[in-house]
Amino acid sequence: MTLSLFGTWQGQSLDGIVAECRDLVEDADFPTVKRWREAGGKVLGHFQVYFPEEIAHAAGMLPLKMRGAPIECMHSDSHFGSYLCSIIKTSLELALSKRVELDLFVTHPICDAARNLAAVWGRNFEYPCQILYLPQNANSAASATYLSEEYARVLADIEKITGKKVTDEALKNSMSVYNENRKLLRQLYEFKRKQPWLISAYETYLLTNIGGMITRDEHNEILKAVIPMIETRSIKRHDKIRVVFEGGFCEQPPLDLIRTISQSCYVVDDDLLIGLRWILEDVSLEGNPLFNLAEAYLEKSSYSPVQHDSRKLKEKMLLQRIADSGAEAAIITAAKMCEPGLEEQVAYTKALDEKGIPYFVSEFEESMTSFDHMEIQLETFTENILFG
Amino acid sequence: MTEEKRVDIVGRGNVEGANLFRDWFAELGEAAKNDHGAAYVFVMGSMAEILKVFDFPLVLPEITSLQTAVRRVADEYLTVAEDYGYSSDICGYVKADIGIHMRERKHPMGAIPKPALTVLTNACNTYVKWAEIWERMYNIPVFVLDVPATRQAGGQFQPGSADFKRDCKYVEAQIRELITLCENITGKKFDIDRLRETMAYANDMNIGWKRVLELNKSKPSLFNALTDGTVYLGVSNNFRGTKEGSDYFKNLVEEMEYKAAHGIGTQTDEKYRLAFVGVPCYPIFRRFNEMFAEWGGAFVHSTYLHFASGGANMGFEYDVNRPIESLAEGTLISVREAMDNMFHQDRVVIEMVKDYELDGVVYHPIKSCRTVSTGLADGRRAMMAATDTPSLFIESDMMDKRVVSEAQIKNRADAFFEGLASRRLTAQNA
Repeated sequence: MTLSLFGTWQGQSLDGIVAECRDLVEDADFPTVKRWREAGGKVLGHFQVYFPEEIAHAAGMLPLKMRGAPIECMHSDSHFGSYLCSIIKTSLELALSKRVELDLFVTHPICDAARNLAAVWGRNFEYPCQILYLPQNANSAASATYLSEEYARVLADIEKITGKKVTDEALKNSMSVYNENRKLLRQLYEFKRKQPWLISAYETYLLTNIGGMITRDEHNEILKAVIPMIETRSIKRHDKIRVVFEGGFCEQPPLDLIRTISQSCYVVDDDLLIGLRWILEDVSLEGNPLFNLAEAYLEKSSYSPVQHDSRKLKEKMLLQRIADSGAEAAIITAAKMCEPGLEEQVAYTKALDEKGIPYFVSEFEESMTSFDHMEIQLETFTENILFG
Repeated sequence: MTEEKRVDIVGRGNVEGANLFRDWFAELGEAAKNDHGAAYVFVMGSMAEILKVFDFPLVLPEITSLQTAVRRVADEYLTVAEDYGYSSDICGYVKADIGIHMRERKHPMGAIPKPALTVLTNACNTYVKWAEIWERMYNIPVFVLDVPATRQAGGQFQPGSADFKRDCKYVEAQIRELITLCENITGKKFDIDRLRETMAYANDMNIGWKRVLELNKSKPSLFNALTDGTVYLGVSNNFRGTKEGSDYFKNLVEEMEYKAAHGIGTQTDEKYRLAFVGVPCYPIFRRFNEMFAEWGGAFVHSTYLHFASGGANMGFEYDVNRPIESLAEGTLISVREAMDNMFHQDRVVIEMVKDYELDGVVYHPIKSCRTVSTGLADGRRAMMAATDTPSLFIESDMMDKRVVSEAQIKNRADAFFEGLASRRLTAQNA
């Protein structure tokens, strides 16, 4: 199904498109999803961090990235205890409150809380709710084959829901769309690295985030329209420090937090919504498409605290990200109650201490509304680097 | 049976368990003294069957950590980890263990040897993060044995199905890789006959564990699932794949069968049969149980005895004639069972209510463990809708006494029993 879900971006300036993106990202009623359903489309909601959306796209479903929302949990609170991150509760709230209606929900064993979601959702909804067991042993010779078979299993479930047999050709077409999408996102991030004054972290984030709630075909059209506008933007370079932002792989920081950081720093790279950019190179369209997707997940991919891979020690990967982006400091955050994020903070900061790289540590929650204190701390941090 | 026999047999499981624990800590202390590299493993899928073949001493850090809480010194270790930078919001087991390592691996019961490798399953994600800490501290190999579990409620892949074979093939391939890693680390050639031996001992333990749990359907219950059960569980984990473990469980079955035949229960005057769901409150371990026992509440079962035994409750029996393949099947089925008892605990508890004739269910979600705790409130709703069984929901912790409010727990427990009494009275008068 090809359908413009966003629509209103066309013919607008870059600032106008970004403003439209903000409206969409902040709208907890997910109007793009409603439009899709009204047109008769089916929706696959997948919890953070990574899901091979290509297999849903090939079957004509809308893959929706379930990344919570800054909303009050009127329904989901009674389904959980106290000591949990917010995204777990707000994602369920979106579904219980019928802001988001799905035909299939998929979660992953990314953390102790998220892996419970298939069971929790399954007890509350009639539609299938399952877990896709992305391999936790990325270093086994058997992992890619296992994962490709796991993808085939999920694809069979998708086919049952859509009533449509997905051919290899359809899969390859979808993979081509996603290859292009990731290439365009890489271009967007290239601006951040090379000319961060042309596009702020806040703007990049919005332009990336909408990819999780519209078709990638439409996302590609938006990015293709936006990238030339960035190139021709006339913005003066300011005296800001270059930082890497780390800690946005799952629960998302509030938009105003990202804007606050953007005001005092050039965020030259980050892990915000890393799942949309998990695969770093084009996935081959030759041979078995599911195997190629599985292999790319394991072999051509980024890093996050929720994937163990002996080849990708997280602190080394962070140092590499800092070096590759020419950053001079790091902002190391974690969502409140996020076990993997909080544990990784220690490894990150010890590695940064060793290398003498300045860093700023904080915690966030998606529903935070006050950033004054953080703004003052961040200003002090940046001034120490600029004038220290 | 004579009175002497009765004296010998009743309570033997606790006495022998305590002795074995002392032996285990002594053995680890000896290994530490001799700088014998250990395998650091976890209770859900320890892979002891393989590691014992290579003569690795096994360190189970969950058990050393929980011992610091039982002995009321956990805060000393937690503080060390928090001072180093670890958040107060992460797993207390991890932090107590970090504290132990930062104190040269010394703990209240002795000392643990350095790791030579760590082997873990994906049954708990924090296992992975925990192992990564040792990876950095000691530069050791981290082997994650990835066990695909139930994808959707009630949809376990059954032996013989193509999906089960697929998962098995994946687990088997990883087991073979683990063997190669162990050979490389120890320089020893893998001895498949020794594997058959450890698997045969594990079979005895699995069969025994399943039987012991079944026997507690007796009225009155034969052992306290929260206190006695934790002792048995410790032996099941620490001595997996050993002759000591095999003998222990044969004796324990004998003890429980004897108690069942003679109507010998626990010390609690059993008025209400309860199940415990979650991880015990180790900082006030005995007192927690007393708050229920004082009212005649007897814990006759617990999901802890399922998941923290790595699914040994399934009683899986390996086929030692095809050891590697069978180990893969048994690991898949047992570790999956452990995970089902955490994520799909509602189904398990509903069965327990029926099979063990429960009067109530006590849910104990804890700050430290999101694996076990995340789904408990929702699972409780499902259980109550399906069985109309009264339940109590108490949040505290397994390690951190700062999060444990004894007075509040007592108030909640008292109110719970008043409700149970009133309900029973109403039913009697109806």
